[in-house]
Formats: sequence, C-alpha cells, structure tokens
Amino acid sequence: MIISLLIAIPFLTSLVILAVPRTNAAAIRWIALFGSIAAFAASLVMYAQFTPGEAGYQMVERTPWVASLGIDWHVGVDGISLFLVMLTTLLTMLCVISSWSSIKDRIKEYHFLFLLMEAALIGVFCAMDLFVFYVMWEVQLVPMFLLIGIWGGERRIYATIKFFLFTMAGSVLMLAGILYIYFNTTDPATGHHTFNLLLATEQAKFPMEVQTWLFLAFALAFAIKVPLFPLHTWLPDAHTEAPTAGSVMLAGVLLKLGTYGFLRFCLPMFPGAATKFVPLISVLAVIGILYGALMAMIQKDIKRLVAYSSVAHLGFVMLGTFALNMEGLSGSLLQQVNHGISTGALFLLVGVIYDRRHTRLQADYGGIAKVMPVYAVLFLIVALSSIGLPGLNGFVGEFLILLGAFAAHPMYAVFATAGIIFAAVYLLWMYQRVFFGQVTHEINLGLKDVTLREGLVIGTLVALTILIGVYPDPLLSRMQPSLNLLLSHFQGAGITQTLLP
Amino acid sequence: MNPLSTTDYLAVLPETLVVLTAVLVIVLDSAKRGRWATWVLPAWSCLGLTASAVAAIAVWGKGGTVFSGTVFADGFSSLFKVLFAVIGILTVMFSPYYLRFKSMRLGEYYALLLTAVFGMIVMVSAANLLVFFLGLETMSISLYVLAALQRADVKSAEAGMKYLILGSFSSAFFLYGVALMYATVGSVDYEAIGAFLAAGYQPNLMLVAGVALLLVGFAFKVAAVPFHFWSPDVYDGSPATVTAFMTTGPKAAAFVALIRVFGVALQPASSLWTDALTWLAILTMTVGNVVALRQSSVKRMLAYSSIAHAGYLLVGIVAGRTAFAAIGYYLIAYALMNLGAFAVIILINRKENAGYGFDEFRGIGLEHPLLGVTMVVFLLSLTGVPPTAGFFGKLYVFSAAIGSGHVGLAIVALLNSAVGAYYYLRIITLMYMNKPDGDVSFTEPASYRYALVISCVLVLLIGIFPEQLLRLVTLSAP
Repeated sequence: MIISLLIAIPFLTSLVILAVPRTNAAAIRWIALFGSIAAFAASLVMYAQFTPGEAGYQMVERTPWVASLGIDWHVGVDGISLFLVMLTTLLTMLCVISSWSSIKDRIKEYHFLFLLMEAALIGVFCAMDLFVFYVMWEVQLVPMFLLIGIWGGERRIYATIKFFLFTMAGSVLMLAGILYIYFNTTDPATGHHTFNLLLATEQAKFPMEVQTWLFLAFALAFAIKVPLFPLHTWLPDAHTEAPTAGSVMLAGVLLKLGTYGFLRFCLPMFPGAATKFVPLISVLAVIGILYGALMAMIQKDIKRLVAYSSVAHLGFVMLGTFALNMEGLSGSLLQQVNHGISTGALFLLVGVIYDRRHTRLQADYGGIAKVMPVYAVLFLIVALSSIGLPGLNGFVGEFLILLGAFAAHPMYAVFATAGIIFAAVYLLWMYQRVFFGQVTHEINLGLKDVTLREGLVIGTLVALTILIGVYPDPLLSRMQPSLNLLLSHFQGAGITQTLLP
Repeated sequence: MNPLSTTDYLAVLPETLVVLTAVLVIVLDSAKRGRWATWVLPAWSCLGLTASAVAAIAVWGKGGTVFSGTVFADGFSSLFKVLFAVIGILTVMFSPYYLRFKSMRLGEYYALLLTAVFGMIVMVSAANLLVFFLGLETMSISLYVLAALQRADVKSAEAGMKYLILGSFSSAFFLYGVALMYATVGSVDYEAIGAFLAAGYQPNLMLVAGVALLLVGFAFKVAAVPFHFWSPDVYDGSPATVTAFMTTGPKAAAFVALIRVFGVALQPASSLWTDALTWLAILTMTVGNVVALRQSSVKRMLAYSSIAHAGYLLVGIVAGRTAFAAIGYYLIAYALMNLGAFAVIILINRKENAGYGFDEFRGIGLEHPLLGVTMVVFLLSLTGVPPTAGFFGKLYVFSAAIGSGHVGLAIVALLNSAVGAYYYLRIITLMYMNKPDGDVSFTEPASYRYALVISCVLVLLIGIFPEQLLRLVTLSAP
C-alpha cells in the first residue's frame, strides 16, 4: 500500500487545494506544506521497509486498470528508484517551504500544480507498467510547463514552450517503442499482450536491428530530458526563466527522469544496442561535461551558470551509466541523488539573493560575505560539494564514475577529469566575485542574511551533502543489488567489463 | 421482398423520433414565429434527442439488418445514434446564447440541426450504398443551409456556397462510384459487395474506378488532404455552433460509413486501396498540422486541426479490423473534446465585430477559472496528453496500427501529434501566461456551464477509466 499511498498523498492534497477558496492563501500554504510533509514521511516509511540486500522490486502492488489491454496499476520500488523517490519527496517539501514568501500571486494554482507534479514524479519512478510509466511521464510535464510559464521570468513563454515541445517530441517516439514492446510481450497467465515491465524486460530478446531502433526511440526521449549534448538547448532557458522552486525541481528531479530511463529501460531491455552505442553516448557525455563547464565559466547570470553546470554534471552521470560496470553505475546513480541535493541547494541559494535584490548577475554583487556570513558559508559548502571536494557527496559519486570509466574506456575518463578542474574554476571564480573583496555596491550593504526558514531549507540539504560525503554506504548498499541485477543482462548478452567482482 | 415487421420499425425508432421532433419544431416555430426560438425550441429539440438516445439504447444492437437487409440494426449503429444525440444536445445547449448574440432568432436552425442528425443516423445504419447516399444528402443539404445561415455575413454566405458546390461535386463522384460498383457487382448492398469480392475478383477497370471514386467521395466528406480545400473556409465562415457540430458529428458519421464500406465490404479488395489510403492519411495529418501552425484565427486553427485528426483516424482505417473499435472510441472522444473547445471559443467571441483571433484569449484563464480549466483539459486532450480521452483514442488507434504492422505510419502519426502540441499549447499560454487585453468580464450562460462541465468530466472520465467504453465499442464494432 505504501507506494500507492505515496502517490495518492500529494495527488489528493492537490485536489484539496483546488477546493479551498483562492482568497485563503494561508490555508493553501499550510495544506500544501502538510501534504508534502506527509508524503516525505511516507517515503521515510518506505525507506524503513526497504530490505537492503534485495535486488528486485519491493512493496509491489498490482491491480488491473484497463484489463482488456493488459494495463495494470503496477508499482513498486527497487534500489534504483528508492532514493530518487526520496529525493522527490524531500525536495518538494523544501520547495513548498521556500515558496512561502517568494510566491505571492496565484498561490492556489501554484501549490496545486506543485503537488500534482510530485505525485506524477513519484509515479514515474515507481511505475512497473510501461503504460503507467508513460502516463506519469507525460503528466509531470504539464505542471512544470505551467509553473515556468505562469510564475517564470520575462522570457518565460518562449522557454516553457521550448521545454514542452522538446520533451514532447522525444516522448512520442518512446510511445511508439512502448507499443512495439507491448505487441511482443505476452503475459503467460492470460495469454494476452501486456505492458508489464518485468515481463517486457524478461521477454525482450529482439534481434540487433530491432533493438537498435527501439533503443534510439527510448534514448531520444531520455537524452532530451537528461539533457545530453546537443539536445540540451532547452535547459538553460527553462532554468533561467523558472521560479526558484521550479528550477530546484527541474534540476533536482526532472533531469533524473532521463538518466533513470536509461537505467530502467534502455540498458536492461536492449543490452546489445546499449553496448553498441557506448562510444557515441560516452563521447557526447564528455562533450557535455566540457562544454557545460566552459559555458558555465562565461555566464554573467549566476542561475544560468548553475544551469550549465547541470549539463556538465549530467554528462558525468551518463558517462558512469555507459561505463556498464558496477563502479560506473553505482557512481552514476549516487551522483543523480547528489546532483539533486547540491544543485537544488544552489538554486535555492541563488533564489535567496534574487528575492532580496531581483537580480542574478554576478556583477551586481561582490564582497557580500561580509554582510551575509551564514549565507556565504552555506554557499561555500554547496559549491565545494558541486566541485567534488572529498568529504562531501559530490566526490563519492564522481570518484566512482571516473573509476568505472577508467576501467571501461580510459580515454573518456581522462577528458572527463578535466571537467572536474573546470568545475572548480567556474564555481570558485563565481564565488570569489560574488562573496570576497570589498562590498562593491552600496545597496548590498543592507542585504539581510538568511532567515530561519531559508536556513532550515538549505541547511537540511547541506547536512545531507556532508552526511553522504562521509558515509555513503546506506545508499550504495541499497543500490548495488539492483544494479547487479541490471548488469546481469549484459553478462547474459556476452558483455562483461566489470572491474571488481 | 419480405413484408416489414415490427422489428423493422422498432429498429428505426431513434431516427423516427428525431424526424418527428424536427417536424414539430417547424410547426411550433411557425405558430409563434421567432419568439420561441430562445428557449422552447431548444428545449424541445433536447427532449427529442434525448428520447431518440433512449430509444437507441432500448433497441441496442438487436443484431443483423432490417428493411430487407438495407439498414443495420447492430450495436455500432446504436452506439453512434447515442453519440449523435449527445452531439446534438450539446450543440443545442450552446446555441441560444450564440443565436441571440448574432441576432439570429431562427427556429429553423433547430429543425435543420435535427434533420442533419437524422441524416447522420441514416449514414451509420445504412447497409446499402444508396441508403447511405440518402442519409449523406439529407445531412449535407441541412448543413449547406446551416453554414449560410448568417446571411448578412459575407463569409457565412461564401461558406454555404462553397460547401454546396464542392459538396455536390463530391456527391457526384460518390454516386458515380456507386453506379460503377453496381455495374461490377450487380448490387449495392455492402454484404453483396463483400461476398462478390471475397469470392475472388479480377481487378478490371470498372471495379478499380468504382473503388477510386468511392474513395474520393469519402475523402471529400471527411476532408482528407488533398480533397480538403472546402473545409477551412466552410468551417471558418459558418456560425461557430454549426462549425462545432460539423467537425464532430458529420465527420463521425462519414468515418463509420468508411469503416463499413472500405473496412468491411471492400476489405477483400484491400490491395486496391490500402496504399492510396495510407498516403491520404499521411498527407492529411501532416498538411492539417503544419497549416494549423500558421493560422491567426483560433477557429481556423481548429478547422485545420480537425483535418489533422481525420488523418489520425484514417491511420485506423488502414490498420484494418483491429482498429475499428479504436476509431469508434476516438470519434467519441474527439466529439466531446472538440465540442468543448468550440464552446469556449464561442464564449470568447463575445464582442461586437470581434473575430476569433488568438489575442482574445489573453488572460482568460485567470479571469474565468471554469472556462480556463475546462479549456486546458480539452486542449490537452486534443494534444493527446494523458490521462485524457484524446490520449487514449490516439494510443488505441496507433497501437492498432503498430499491431497490424504499419509501424512507419504510426510513427508519422506520433510525430504529427507532437507538432500539434505547439498550436494547442499556444492557446494555453495565452490564457494563463499573458495579461488580459482590455476588458474580459462577461458571464457564462448557465446552459454553457453545464455543457462545459459535462464534456470536461466525460473527457477525463473516459480517459482515466477507458475500460467500460472500450469494451462497449469493442463489442459493437463490426
């Protein structure tokens, strides 16, 4: 029941919000907060119930939905999706808190959409039925489209339409792929075709040519979402224009839908094609790492800088995934969670000064460490974790990824390592310009340091950064059995590149 | 020829009720010329249509044919009789406000609407090319008049004229095709044609020409590219309520007949027409979508989008028997979402001399929550975003295409629906992401609110729980 509950709580909360009169802003905020806390609590229960050593799905539920087409409400969670679900509930809760003062108009619609999106995102990660997956995948798109379009910055309409069309264009081909798989999957119990993901993965023994086409159909949808270079162009626009909480969810969770899709569908279902595409995707990932970092270096807008840094970070994740060994995969999955935490925190931090000054240009700040000491410390920790300083979460993930990449294809790893140096360059430069030295603008002398609420939200993420950095084992030990199972598909297909047993 | 029995008459009770209602509307209208048009006549029309729907449900799928095998009394015809009644009722609910606004207090409007519904019912229950033709003409003639009803408006007059001339052309093509089929087969009964072709045939010139002419006739009627040229102007020029009606009901009727004629009767000769229909489908989807992108009027955009939707439905016809239920589902979904979208458009077009420009939509969503939310649902459904009826319709049709091996065609269709997303989204962005352009305060008439909510709830309901309707359509599909 827990998984359905986890999806139902935010969904029902969003409906309750719809029923509250729009004038009662306080009630709407409290209901949204309560709903998102309840969802987070439910995800903690899920974590507690999760058995670490098991590879397969746990807490599985299955009820017929459209029986005549073999569609079931079929949800569950495994080591791959567990922490992504928790990341979703955590970030949503923090976003609701952080929107408390920054969202001032159309509060009702805003919170309705936010919780609807949370429900759909959890649905994507927990779906064990291809149809349910596709429905959730499309549903999460609509709230984000509206969130950027209604509460976004000046060029929001351009950005949001671009965002929607890119994603939509990718997902229609995935639908064709899903339908093709449907017609090649039979439920032995009923003898009819089914959208059951487990059966589909089990029965997916397509000839190489078919695999290639199916891989491409899925990979395009996921690569756009990741975003893999050169499909990334929607991302800086969407990020820059989105409201703070929208950026947090976009970077923290929505981008993970793409990388998750590769792990969940592309690799286990089409191992042959995945192996074939390793060079292409790895090269694109490395280009993404370097290009994202170089672009981040020249950004004047801090938020745009963070957006481009996401392109680079997600390049690491893709590189790790396509190393196709245990180190790379667990590094990439861990890094997905890390990126959600660090970049989420970075966007929240940018939001703090934006709320105060309504500008995000580096040139408008300088020396503000003197006026906002707590803020400066929080920012530094998060920036360092994003760079990959040992002891913080980013290091563990990147280290594992590079380890895996070295084992598989040393050349890619060599280039990728340069990306880490670049990351240090653009983040530290930015940090220096914004925080150190004399206060360059009079107006910044009056900046208020972080409030208790802001501190609480960002502090939570900072604490997680350190916690995972020091002790990543609770995550890795839960991820690895499932990833091992994933790798077994490659061993079955005659592909072994594992460095460690 | 067998003497007619009670079963025969019972089977056509829904049609009869619609005709009787129409006749009474004319009588009542002449009794109190004009004055009753505001509410008595619409109420009476709704009542008649409801009775017809009830009758259709009561005699649901008694099976087989009646009137010596010329009229179907199967579940599929019953299903569409109900759908046409629903389309009729919703259209009538949108009409009084619009007619008053356009100073068209015309009782005959309702009579014509009812005769058009009658024609559509005859089209879907015809088991014989000539009976179908009778229905087609009854419907078309009513529509020609309805299109031109706004006499003072040049565009409306032009629409009626264009529709009449091109419609007559297409009827002539069709009739010629019927004649050639008769010359080849010796009968115009669907069943006889099917049996003749199934027994083995030589593709001689007469047969090929007959099939081709029938196809052209149908292509005209469903506005398939390249036989679509009449439709944007006609849809654009007609009164908005009539356009809403035209893009849903008549299209559905033509598609059901297309299933019966091409999908079933001419199925044994499918090698003659599959390629042609495939290209028609591809052209129709692509041209409809691409041209819709460039429209400056929402009404015209929806006209082109309805061409695109006809293309998706043609994909289903190409896919063959497994897609028939899918087409049925799609037609029902499309009727609901398109009528809903048109209802909003009619309301938006409230100012004197206002067109149907995109700017009229600025900020509407924020000022009119009900209008905004329902419109978002309709547009997302037209785009094909789950969990709406439109998504399920597309999924069902395209999956039938993939299942029957037409993977390429399905991919073209899917890519096209991504193109469609752009112009539907444009309206959503205008409604919610722009400041209103001047005064946007107006009140929605109550009948509107009900109709909007009904269609919106249905679109969501059959989108989230498609099972029941799916089963119903699957059971009744030919």
